[in-house]
Amino acid sequence: MVTHNNISFAEKDIAIETRNLNIYYGAKHAIKNLSMQIKKLDITAFIGPSGCGKSTYLRALNRMNDLIPIAKTTGEILFDGQNICDKNIDLAKIRQKIGMVWQKPNPFNKSIYENIVFALKYYGIKQKHVLDEIVEDSLKKVALWDEVKDRLHKSALALSGGQQQRLCIARAIATKPEILLLDEPTSALDPISSAKIEELLFELKKDYTIIIVTHNMQQAGRISSYTAFFLMGDLIEYNETNVIFTNPVIDKTNDYIMGRFG
Amino acid sequence: MIRTTRENDKVKDVSSLNAKYYDTKNKIVASIGKYYTYSCIFFSIMIITFLTYFIASKGLSTFLKDGVSLFDFLLGTEWKPEHENTPKFGAFAFIFGSFAVTLLSVSLSTPLSVGAAIFMAEISPKSGSRFLQPVIELLVGIPSVVYGFIGLSVIVPFMRNTFGGTGFCLASGTLVLTIMILPTITSVSYDSLKALPGGLKDASYALGATRWQTIYRVLIPTALPSILTGVVLGMARAFGEALAVQMVIGNVQRLPNSIFDSISTLTSILTLEMSNTIAGTTYNNALWSMALILLLMSFIFIFIIRILGKGSKLNER
Repeated sequence: MVTHNNISFAEKDIAIETRNLNIYYGAKHAIKNLSMQIKKLDITAFIGPSGCGKSTYLRALNRMNDLIPIAKTTGEILFDGQNICDKNIDLAKIRQKIGMVWQKPNPFNKSIYENIVFALKYYGIKQKHVLDEIVEDSLKKVALWDEVKDRLHKSALALSGGQQQRLCIARAIATKPEILLLDEPTSALDPISSAKIEELLFELKKDYTIIIVTHNMQQAGRISSYTAFFLMGDLIEYNETNVIFTNPVIDKTNDYIMGRFG
Repeated sequence: MIRTTRENDKVKDVSSLNAKYYDTKNKIVASIGKYYTYSCIFFSIMIITFLTYFIASKGLSTFLKDGVSLFDFLLGTEWKPEHENTPKFGAFAFIFGSFAVTLLSVSLSTPLSVGAAIFMAEISPKSGSRFLQPVIELLVGIPSVVYGFIGLSVIVPFMRNTFGGTGFCLASGTLVLTIMILPTITSVSYDSLKALPGGLKDASYALGATRWQTIYRVLIPTALPSILTGVVLGMARAFGEALAVQMVIGNVQRLPNSIFDSISTLTSILTLEMSNTIAGTTYNNALWSMALILLLMSFIFIFIIRILGKGSKLNER
């Protein structure tokens, strides 16, 4: 397979680095010998047709593939100087540092407040004023505070889809992560809610490294600085977003972006 | 342009064909189906109405016709229905017995069942769906006389040898019922845990929660209304069970001093004494009053289940 991937950053700019990563689902080789670096405090988009491995790779970045019994991972993912694929790693700590948001908003069947402090409570934060502060701070960061400040203790399930998704992002950033993994975060939302989330991501990249899987080419083009194009488990092309969208090196990338397959 | 016109013609043809078809055969089939389902539901409603009316009229005549006071019936502890001069119809001991075995068995069975359901749904989903679920479903279907027989030949001797006495006691009845309702609660809890949206578990794990924290703080609270429905179903089964209980509780008509005393329940008294009475006598009517209590309790159980169901639907929104 012809690939083009010579993006590299200075050591201090790397948020997370993958070396020779292979992921298998039973007999299926879902990610093939992947190596790439992700830039700190920036937005990186993963694009590619369904089943190309981009979501699988995203889930590998905080070990969510552990939940799939048939998934097997080899290789290295370096984060904060350790290989998070290592068996002895403290998963709770990794997942606190690397948060995740899904396609379908999945708030817990609890109050808005309880949703956000869910993880904090077992990281040992018990003082009410600290929790209150984090709740307000997180909700403000996702521009939800003004909409919900009067009903923090009402069920999160009463919120609209877009609000729920922003709450899920707030929940993820409440643990003060370094990286946010977003798996098609807007594809279940209406255009206005999607636009709000995109706007929000632009704000969030000041504090967090964001990796987003998307099927929406315009979205990838609008918000990301770097784009990686996946196909059948291979990283086909990884470059600055404007290069990928205007002058891709590989023909297949061009075909996909132009909508000729996928 | 020509092509579209042709396509329109085709569509017209098909729709007119359909119209014709509906006009003849389907109309008859539809009306037969309609009247069939109408008569079925009418029949069911009739049965429920007459059943309720019959039991209520018989059961209430104890108080209205025979002059037994409701207070004495519900709270009296003397049951001497065949006493020549002053028959006594105090059913409190049986009401107490029914509630005692039900509550004790449910409180023993619920933690076991929910634990088993968690194992099947979360800890070992493969063996849960392939092996354990069919086994649990099989247990639901075992006739109660078999449970009673096992209680009689295993639990009663065990009680006798361990705690003395006859072995026929409240504790034996509780154990038999605990085993009987275990599969009911387990299987409803298992289904409710399985039906939770997968995103919840992912979200909890992704926030760094361990498996136990995920189960304890996310999955169980979310599935709670459905799990409680299973518990109430178990209660209804325990409260209404006659044969298996009657075989192991000794059927002594007084209040127990401990859980190792013999007792009677509403159902055991009903099955034992109904055939010895003559219709229309106060004795017979008093038994109907007990049946009325059982019926009212099952209405209450169903009512609770409906409320729980409504609660869980509200939560989904």
